Amino acid sequence: MTTACPECAADVAFADQPHLSEVVECGDCHSELEVTTLDPLNLVLAPDVEEDWGE
Amino acid sequence: MTAHAQLALLVSRVRYEERQLLAALQRHGVKYEQVDTRTLHGGLQDRRWPVVLNREIGSVRARYAAWTLEAEGSRVLNSADTIDLCSDKWRTSLALRTAGVSTPPTMMAMTPEATLSALDALGYPAVIKPVSGSWGRLVTKLENRTEAVTVTEYVGALTGPQAHLGYVQSFIASNNRNIRVIVINGEAVGASYQLSEGWRTNIAWGGECVRCELTTELAKLAVSAAEAVGAELAGVDIVEDPDGRHWVLEVNAGVEFSGFNTAHPELNVADYIVDYVKAVLVDAC
Repeated sequence: MTTACPECAADVAFADQPHLSEVVECGDCHSELEVTTLDPLNLVLAPDVEEDWGE
Repeated sequence: MTAHAQLALLVSRVRYEERQLLAALQRHGVKYEQVDTRTLHGGLQDRRWPVVLNREIGSVRARYAAWTLEAEGSRVLNSADTIDLCSDKWRTSLALRTAGVSTPPTMMAMTPEATLSALDALGYPAVIKPVSGSWGRLVTKLENRTEAVTVTEYVGALTGPQAHLGYVQSFIASNNRNIRVIVINGEAVGASYQLSEGWRTNIAWGGECVRCELTTELAKLAVSAAEAVGAELAGVDIVEDPDGRHWVLEVNAGVEFSGFNTAHPELNVADYIVDYVKAVLVDAC
C-alpha cells in the first residue's frame, strides 16, 4: 500500500496493513507522518513530541 | 445510542507497542474499539466501554482520560491513580519506601536553594530529576557541589512552580546498565538489561537491550514494586550496584517494551497483556 508524503510528495509504502494513528517516517524527507484515514489512506505531518510523552 | 465494543484501546500514537497489541488482540479474537485520546470527552454519561486499555503516550492525557472513563464506570488499565502515582517520581519513591521496596536514598526539596542543601546531605555523586518527566529527559548527574550549584541555578531559572522542586537521589554506580522487568498482574514476565555508553540507560537515548536472567530475587523485587504503586501492567526499572544489591528506580505505568522484545523475542509481551485484558473483560462484563 502506497500513498504520497504530504511534505515532499514522495511515495510512502507500507509493508503491512497500516493502522489509524500509526506514525511512519518518509524515506525521502524523513518527516514523521501520521495515518489519519485508512480508506483512502491519508498521511499528515505527525505532531511534535510533547514534554510528557513516554515512560 | 451508539453500541460500543466491550474493550477500548485508548491511543493517540500507534508505536511498536500498540502495533503489537493490535495484532495480539486480533490473534486472540478480542473485539475492541480503537479510541483516539485526542477526540475523547465525557464524564457525564453512562459507561461506554467496560474495559479500557490505556496506551495514551502523553502522561497528562493518560491520567485525565483514565479519571474521566473511570467516572463513567470503566475499568481502566492501568488505573488513573496508578498512572498519577507513577507520573510523579517523588510519590513513587514514597510508595516504594512505604512498601519496604529497596530504592536509592532520595530527598525532595521545595526550592533550588533547599535542593542544594538536600544534595549536600545526600552526598555526591547524586542525580537530580524533574518530578514529572519521561525518557530520562533533564535527568542530570552531579559529580560535586560545584556542578550542583550551577545546575540548581539553572533550575531556579525554569518557569513554573513544579520545575523548582528538587527531586534528588543518590547515584548508584551500575556500570551503565539498567534492568527492566515486565510485570503483568503480579507476575514477572522476564527481565532485560538496558545498556548504554552513558550513565543514562533509557532506550529513548539509544540504549541497547539484551537478555537478563530473571532471578527469583529480581522477580520478587519487581512484583513488590508494581504492587506498591498498584500497577497491573508495569515496566520496573532496577539498578544493580557494585555489591550486587538491587535498587528500584521507578515503575512505568505506560510500559514500553520494544527493547525488551528485542532481548526476548520468545516472550511476546503483547500476548501477556492481552491475556490479562481478557481475564479483566470476563470480570467486568
